[in-house]
Amino acid sequence: MSGKPVPVATPETQPFWDGCQLRLLRIQWCDRCQQHFFYPRVACPACGSPASVRWVDASGRATLYSYVISQLPAPGYEPPFIIAIVQLAEGPRMLTNLVGIDADPGVLTLDMPLEVDFEPRGEMAVPVFRPSTASAA
Amino acid sequence: MTPLVSIVGAAETDELGKLPGMSAIELAAQATRNALADAGLTTGDVDGIASAELSPVDLADYLGVRPSWVDTTSVGGCSYLAHVRHAAAAIAAGQATTIVVAHGESGRSRVGQPPWRHTPGGLVEQFEGPYGVVGPVSTFTLGALRYMRTYGVTPEKLAAVAVAQRRWAELTPRALRRKPLTVDDVLSSRMVVYPFHLPECCLVTDGGGALVLVSPQRCRDFPKRAVQVVAAAEAYDSPTAAGLADLTSSPVFARSSAAAFAAAGLSPADIDHLMIYDAFAHLPLFGLEDLGFVERGGAADFVADWRTAPGGTLPLNTNGGGLSYTHTGMYGMFAIQESVRQLRGEAAAQLERVETSFVQGVGGGTFTAGASLVLCRDS
Repeated sequence: MSGKPVPVATPETQPFWDGCQLRLLRIQWCDRCQQHFFYPRVACPACGSPASVRWVDASGRATLYSYVISQLPAPGYEPPFIIAIVQLAEGPRMLTNLVGIDADPGVLTLDMPLEVDFEPRGEMAVPVFRPSTASAA
Repeated sequence: MTPLVSIVGAAETDELGKLPGMSAIELAAQATRNALADAGLTTGDVDGIASAELSPVDLADYLGVRPSWVDTTSVGGCSYLAHVRHAAAAIAAGQATTIVVAHGESGRSRVGQPPWRHTPGGLVEQFEGPYGVVGPVSTFTLGALRYMRTYGVTPEKLAAVAVAQRRWAELTPRALRRKPLTVDDVLSSRMVVYPFHLPECCLVTDGGGALVLVSPQRCRDFPKRAVQVVAAAEAYDSPTAAGLADLTSSPVFARSSAAAFAAAGLSPADIDHLMIYDAFAHLPLFGLEDLGFVERGGAADFVADWRTAPGGTLPLNTNGGGLSYTHTGMYGMFAIQESVRQLRGEAAAQLERVETSFVQGVGGGTFTAGASLVLCRDS
């Protein structure tokens, strides 16, 4: 996937990016608030506490919340391609690309089930999503 | 209503559009000179300067001003609305007497223009940038399909936003796009990011604008009737598109407008003229609903019935907006300018009776920043 942007980790986000290289979608859980959050940070954005936060492996299951089909050139991308907001089964939303499906509104249905995949980027990997292969959602 | 601060000078650059012969700082400086002339003042009268991407310290020096107050708030296209709020507080506190809020952006020609901010390891750059995002066009637009599906908004009705605003631009000689536009024209135009066609995305232009602000106690000492800022509010949310709680509305539109209406003691029924920052065609729809002018889910029908177009009951974006008038990148200054013109009776598409105007701005790569101003004629 040469040419596409390679994310730059910070010390606080490194566990997330390490997870991606292991094909694990790591998000965070706050024991006090009893909810997940994304993007990664030290303290829970709901209660402000760092003590109650721990990393968990997300299921990788998600649904399609909304999307655009970009016709604009972007480094490493061949338009048209899909930029999507997906809703993780655990609750948080992520911005991502959809892969394994045509960039065609006729086949892209909001709320369709998706599952995570990982796309190599240099020495890193980024989470992307593809239509779920599970039989019944 | 007790004014917070008074606008006694307002002007744009002599020209808008493609201006490769002017740098960003000169665009801001020319707009400032024009606004000071409008107020009957000179640079020697200025003791405060606010600008966003462009350093107000640089602009002050370029103008020959030695200010004792600056505001560098840079939160996207609504920065200038925030500057007005901050200037009002500074003037009330005695920190400055005569503040210029200035915008100059070589958004199209990119002469002396800083590049788009890119912070390696930044939040947006880490978690949203790597996915083929090339600017606000990739991210601001993300909620539109969800909105359209939730409320049954057809592509024709989204296109009607661009058509309604073009009708205002047809009446506005300075608007960049003035050729009559139909819904069919929009739908047969090039797709930029589905579901947005080219006329549903803002222009990319060069230009500038500036305001001169003073204490309401001084506002009768100037050549033109002042425009009073009677309320101002700001609201901030996630810089990430995925971090917004809802993508079928704009929480910052709702929060800043509610605070501004409450501070003014007014409601949407009291507003004669409305400007809603329109970087993309769905923003006026979100704004009409989030500000309380139209019930949730009803904005697309409202616009498609031409209620916001010339002759309609709620004049909206009467310069043609970012879609047809101009959009340098940080459009908020031009929304304020049009409200001032309407309240002064100087607009190209002048309305018959305008006592109150509401300006709703937005800033960031998505609905990250919101700022609202309630403006009135000096009574």
